[in-house]
Amino acid sequence: GMRFLLLFSRQGRLRLQKWFTPTPEREKKKIIRDMTTMVLARKPRSCNFLHWRDLKIVYKRYASLYFCLALEDQDNELLALEILHRYVELLDKYFGNVCELDIIFNFEKAYFILDEFLMGGEIQETSKQIVNRSIEASDMLQETMEEYMSKPAF
Amino acid sequence: LVPPPRLRELIRTIRTARTQAEEREMIQKECAAIRSSFREEDNTYRCRNVAKLLYMHMLGYPAHFGQLECLKLIASQKFTDKRIGYLGAMLLLDERQDVHLLMTNCIKNDLNHSTQYVQGLALCTLGCMGSSEMCRDLAGEVEKLLKTSNSYLRKKAALCAVHVIRKVPELMEMFLPATKNLLSEKNHGVLHTSVVLLTEMCERSPDMLSHFRKLVPQLVRILKNLIMSGYSPEHDVSGISDPFLQVRILRLLRILGRSDDDSSEAMNDILAQVATNTETSKNVGNAILYETVLTIMDIKSESGLRVLAINILGRFLLNNDKNIRYVALTSLLKTVQTDHNAVQRHRSTIVDCLKDLDVSIKRRAMELSFALVNGNNIRGMMKELLYFLDSCDPEFKADCASGVFLAAEKYAPSKRWHIDTIMRVLTTAGSYVRDDSVPNLIQLITNSVEMHAYTVQRLYKALLDDISQQPLVQVSSWCIGEYGDLLVSGQCEEEEPIQVTEDEVLDVLEGLLVSNLSTPVTRGYALTAIMKLSTRFSSVNRIKKVVSIYGSSIDVELQQRAVEYNALFKKYDHMRPALLERMPIMEKTATNGPTEIVQTNGETEPSVLDTKHPPPVTQPANQVRGVIISKYAGLHLCNLYIGIPPMTAYNKNGLKIEFTFERANPNPNIAVITIHASNSTEADMTDFVFQAAVPKTFQLQLLSPSSNVVPALNQGTVTQVIRVLNPQKQQLRMRIKLTYTHKGSPVQDLAEVNNFPPQSWQ
Repeated sequence: GMRFLLLFSRQGRLRLQKWFTPTPEREKKKIIRDMTTMVLARKPRSCNFLHWRDLKIVYKRYASLYFCLALEDQDNELLALEILHRYVELLDKYFGNVCELDIIFNFEKAYFILDEFLMGGEIQETSKQIVNRSIEASDMLQETMEEYMSKPAF
Repeated sequence: LVPPPRLRELIRTIRTARTQAEEREMIQKECAAIRSSFREEDNTYRCRNVAKLLYMHMLGYPAHFGQLECLKLIASQKFTDKRIGYLGAMLLLDERQDVHLLMTNCIKNDLNHSTQYVQGLALCTLGCMGSSEMCRDLAGEVEKLLKTSNSYLRKKAALCAVHVIRKVPELMEMFLPATKNLLSEKNHGVLHTSVVLLTEMCERSPDMLSHFRKLVPQLVRILKNLIMSGYSPEHDVSGISDPFLQVRILRLLRILGRSDDDSSEAMNDILAQVATNTETSKNVGNAILYETVLTIMDIKSESGLRVLAINILGRFLLNNDKNIRYVALTSLLKTVQTDHNAVQRHRSTIVDCLKDLDVSIKRRAMELSFALVNGNNIRGMMKELLYFLDSCDPEFKADCASGVFLAAEKYAPSKRWHIDTIMRVLTTAGSYVRDDSVPNLIQLITNSVEMHAYTVQRLYKALLDDISQQPLVQVSSWCIGEYGDLLVSGQCEEEEPIQVTEDEVLDVLEGLLVSNLSTPVTRGYALTAIMKLSTRFSSVNRIKKVVSIYGSSIDVELQQRAVEYNALFKKYDHMRPALLERMPIMEKTATNGPTEIVQTNGETEPSVLDTKHPPPVTQPANQVRGVIISKYAGLHLCNLYIGIPPMTAYNKNGLKIEFTFERANPNPNIAVITIHASNSTEADMTDFVFQAAVPKTFQLQLLSPSSNVVPALNQGTVTQVIRVLNPQKQQLRMRIKLTYTHKGSPVQDLAEVNNFPPQSWQ
């Protein structure tokens, strides 16, 4: 199963952190430091896989954001690339041409979408449409629209 | 009353900060406002404030004061509140906090909520971070939801059950009934999470595994439908239908087929079908192929299928996509032992990967190449690997050099080839060669008797070029010390013998002694080599002079050696020829690890040389000399009673203490033990004090140590002599106490030494 998912910018600023196993706060900070250092140091045309401790790290850059997923030994790295891609597609559909600013200003939505796609380190739903529909339906349930506009201005 | 700023307003404001200090100030101000708002129990803006807190938390600021607020949000009736509340709980709380347990009741209520999205939030939170107690309390609710016909909830309940089982494995049984119809679902989400749940149960329990084996035909059918079905827009990824589900099914099949012939047979056809029909132009198809290969290799598949799998990996190696090449090499590495011949067929492709630009690929290709070397391909493979050694990054050189030495030792087609290969490694990557290679190489060279003249000539010439690579210099010095006579008499047959005089050779060795490039260990080798030449060369006076100069060297190791050698010249000159005689063929013994070689010439008389006290006069000249070649000291004459092997008394935190033994004649009840302390860490151990205590029936005398600094990185040893009187010939036991200062901190340790060899006290 997946252990954690991190999104960070090219300057190493964290944009999202999802931990699939209980991890102490100090350990989280250390892992974030290690991941950003390692991934940002990679040469441009390297493969997308790294080894770190006993985990396989799969990372991919989309525009200005790095997506970094930690896998256990029995997990399929090539499929992990598809998982990252699927998450980006979901974000893209929701925000319409998603960019880093969308994730910064609407981080809670990024989490909501993630929580419809993955759970406890495993894939929860394999259909794009079902995930999108669930998010839209949940948004509709919100009592105050002023907090959550579908494409907020910034 | 002004409402607090909105989340996105705050984010915008914080991003205008030009310095870290400015940001911190803004955040502190906002946190203060949020704290007072929390104190006032404001319900309206709690959600907004917690959301802002979560943003600040992501920037790295503390947010623990919001934990309870998350609970209040979860308990609220408003969906907006619950959404942020649960998110906050997942981000700020974990099982370590007591607050965490307070969620249990809320979650229980929400699991039974009338709105499925609320139930979903509760399931998600429980399934992500529920503690064991929470899981115990709520497992029943999860089990209920696992049986619902609502696929939205059912898929979440399945993954929640997985989490419950991971936290409280004993609860696994209760989910068994609910699994009955899981695979009959049409909904892919439910199917996928069901397969995950079944996988988890099978991996944890052999009983479950046997129970679920009957699902193999159903799983095969589902997989077949996925492959054969036409385009399904909902699940399509680049022409493949639900690759995520396909991979998970393949993984479950792997677990079910492992060590079971019938199951393996039942899945044989579908595996072959997937392996041959999957589109390989994109990553997604290759992801499925990869999982298929892993399954084929793990179950009891027929050989044709296994060969098919390895060929797929071979094709992966030729793929333009680095990721696929990487994954192929990793998989081949796992199968090279069991399917060696099949992997051999792809050897040339694997060797080509040594030239890959990607560092991870290169490393795997190197490991795999070494695994594929055998007696038939040694010459060709070694050519490639030596070329790789020349040009690879420094991070690879040590491992590659070690690999070359090992392979050469196992499969060398001739002694000459072997020596040449060693030479090549020493001259091109000599500074990366591991310390423990040096004694191994020395043994190899000693045992290649007919190559001595050739070897010493080549090593001598290498020294003339470059004295910076220590392992090369050490091996060369040793060789010159042993075979210097062959060098000056120009006896080389393999190539044109060089003309070199005794003085020129001594110039080179003395040059090593004074060079800044030489480490203390290397200097030790050089001095010993010079000494040995005193019985091979005629320029004995020159050698005597060098040896006496170093009798006052600052380097304690060098000084000790020089003093011993001086003593050889002065008092025990009659023994010198025998002691410095050519080494006979060595056998490795397993004393103190593979880096120590004890050499004897088979005689059984006790040892002669006692460097600290005059030896008994009665010993005749032609005695057995025992020498220990240790990885740190080169050839070092020291006290040795043949038959008592040295022992490691202590080895912890980088400090290693070895004991060597001799009997002090005339009193056979006294065992004389010399301790050798060495330090492999990067910092010196100063104020080093060694103390020892023995049981009452013994008496112990501790003489002064050679120094109280154990230098870092094994650059020298501290020695100290212990004399133990054992009149009752009881089993020797000792308690030792070590104190020293390391990196500024005092260190103390006590240890029992009980592994004394019987000959030391019998």
